[in-house]
Amino acid sequence: MSTPTGTTGTTGTTATTGPAALDPADYRRREESVTMSAEPAGMGETRELLTLNFGPHHPATHGVLRLIATLEGEVVRDIKPIIGYVHTGIEKTAEEKSYWKVIPVIERMDYLSYYFNAMAFCGAVETLLELEVPPRAQYLRVIHLELNRIMSHLVWLGTSALDLGAMSMFWYCFRERETILDLFEMSSGQRMHTRYIQVGGVFEDIPVGFAHKVQKFVDEMPRRADQYADLLAKNEILLQRLSGTCPVDKETLLGLGVTGPLLRAAGVPWDLRKAAPYSSYDHFDFKVPIGTEGDNYDRFRVRHAEFYESSKIVEQALGGLPEGPYITPDRKVALPPRHELATSMEALIHHFKLVTEGFRVPAGEAYYPIESPRGELGCFVRSDGSSKPARVHMRDPSFINLQSTAPMVKNAYIADLIASLAMIDPILGGVDR
Amino acid sequence: MIQFADVNYFEPWWAQIVKALVIFGIVFAVLPMLTVYERKLLGRFQGRYGPNRVGPFGLLQPLAEIVKFAVKEPFRPTTSIGFLFRVAPAIAILTAVAALAIIPWGNVQHIFGTRFGLYGIDVSVGPLYVFAMAGISFYGIMLGGWASGSKYSFLGSMRAAAQLISYEVSQGLALVGVVITSQTLSLTGIIHAQRGMWYIVPQLLGFLIFMVASFAETNRAPFDLVEADAELVGGYFTEYGGTGFVAYLFAEYVNMIVVSAIATTMFLGGWLIPGNPSIPGWIDPFIVAAKMMIFITLFIWIRATLPRLRYDQLMSFGWKILLPLATVNLLVTAIVVA
Repeated sequence: MSTPTGTTGTTGTTATTGPAALDPADYRRREESVTMSAEPAGMGETRELLTLNFGPHHPATHGVLRLIATLEGEVVRDIKPIIGYVHTGIEKTAEEKSYWKVIPVIERMDYLSYYFNAMAFCGAVETLLELEVPPRAQYLRVIHLELNRIMSHLVWLGTSALDLGAMSMFWYCFRERETILDLFEMSSGQRMHTRYIQVGGVFEDIPVGFAHKVQKFVDEMPRRADQYADLLAKNEILLQRLSGTCPVDKETLLGLGVTGPLLRAAGVPWDLRKAAPYSSYDHFDFKVPIGTEGDNYDRFRVRHAEFYESSKIVEQALGGLPEGPYITPDRKVALPPRHELATSMEALIHHFKLVTEGFRVPAGEAYYPIESPRGELGCFVRSDGSSKPARVHMRDPSFINLQSTAPMVKNAYIADLIASLAMIDPILGGVDR
Repeated sequence: MIQFADVNYFEPWWAQIVKALVIFGIVFAVLPMLTVYERKLLGRFQGRYGPNRVGPFGLLQPLAEIVKFAVKEPFRPTTSIGFLFRVAPAIAILTAVAALAIIPWGNVQHIFGTRFGLYGIDVSVGPLYVFAMAGISFYGIMLGGWASGSKYSFLGSMRAAAQLISYEVSQGLALVGVVITSQTLSLTGIIHAQRGMWYIVPQLLGFLIFMVASFAETNRAPFDLVEADAELVGGYFTEYGGTGFVAYLFAEYVNMIVVSAIATTMFLGGWLIPGNPSIPGWIDPFIVAAKMMIFITLFIWIRATLPRLRYDQLMSFGWKILLPLATVNLLVTAIVVA
């Protein structure tokens, strides 16, 4: 599971123009070489083509993705995604912060799956520390991860439906998302970027009444998902728009390194929760929905089916929530309880060391892959033995999945390009990092 | 000279001016309310309130927006064609308003000792006049998109050209059925011919075809490909801001009113109500308005519900399904009437 860093959508630039020059004035020329040729190489067409620039600010690009589309009439003949408009240098920032301070910044990469970012990073650090996470913490993580997955898929469904013209779905989805965000706020104090998952466990035990509210939500969610299906999957227009459009076979997807619902829609039952269970996912009974055709309809259906499966997992995790500590008792990693500080000298020293320097992690490397709503989200952490990571890298699924844009939408209509892009569900915060 | 408006042309000249002012005034007073209605209703469909901050129940929202749009800097892209860029929205709104003239709001009344028809003019070519105006209004959309000098606008206006022309055929054929049945082209004549039975009953297929085609003609969802905010940002009016944008927006709403009024007139019996009780004539416009509100609500409801078609699906639907159906409807009507 290496990180294919050399296969971005934009490498075509550097491949055709040689090594990228560092001269900033050269930027325009390099960009033009990606984009503005009216006839893409190898087409051999003499008909007039139109180059259309989508984005970086465009209602349908879900962030600041830029697409250079070469159109023949309404048909897309060539497309080049250009990324980098929200590059924030989070990976570099992480090198300057002690391990426990990395979590808040790393959560902001893929801003729709913050629990997953934190989980991947904490998982990698825990691997390096060879730290045992208490079962209650694992279950609490699963509850929040799966709620986050539902939340992320709700945003996906709402915005995708909006791109397809079904505007009301957006509000229906955000209504349910609001419930989840309220749950997050209840358990961690924040709606987004909660910093709930910590190295060694979670930040706090769930408050009184949380379990009841989560239970109410997971009882409600399948019913809501049924309603979404009634509104969308029984609509003739939507079926025509989705079924059979922009299929990609599994060999192409595997070759590109695409994971997650996109790959599962093509019929590959690859889900890290099943393939390499982490955080007690092997304790839960759930199915991995897969598609058959790999078209947009399957992509829609696979994600939609995950509403039910995730609700099931949350319900099981809630029902079987073990008693015990919510964070590792290892005082070298986790802060001591507040009340001990007044009576225990050792606790005070631990607290002081953790807050000032942070904990040290033995030298080594770790890669910790988890199944995010968009596919394999892996965090690579290299430690040099100090209290700050020497290198942090995220294998963000949006970044890899974005490569499938071109094979997906070639020779499709503009409207299908928009629909496919919605189905890829790229989060540009995760792509650029 | 061809006598253009000879049918029932009996009013004094000043009556025409008064009526023009009244119709224009009322419609443009109602129009902003319609935008509030649409947004409020959409809000209810979507589990939210809609505008409710400006004025009582948010009723002054359009006022705030019109002021906002009016004071915007008139911007146009450097690639645009200045004259056409300014003229195009004017064409769109002018033709839309001109089509309002023939909408029959009520029967002929006796006011001030003279006879008033509660309509702008009653032309002898009724529906043709509407189609003529609709035909010219395409130029407003196409020229606007073309003159913007933007690729999105260009694509939007090309879509408009194809879509509006192909659906106008079905829309027209659907009305021919009614015209054959009523044996007249005068809109008031058509309403009088519905005294026995509204044409929605014998011309149900024609009514459905007309409504579907009207959604396409007014660029409303699910046929709003011309605007297609997800794909083309705003389609033909992408580059318009301020008053130009308002003109297009109002033209769309006026077109919606016109189409609703035509549907009311041709299929729902205009100012007639079932049983034809004798009611005072001043109620007629309210009956027409109530029937139109049904259609406008339908427009909004559909917009809240349905996703958008794809361009090729739109064209094949128009030419392969709607047009043959309209033709069959016309032929069957012609045979039955003959």
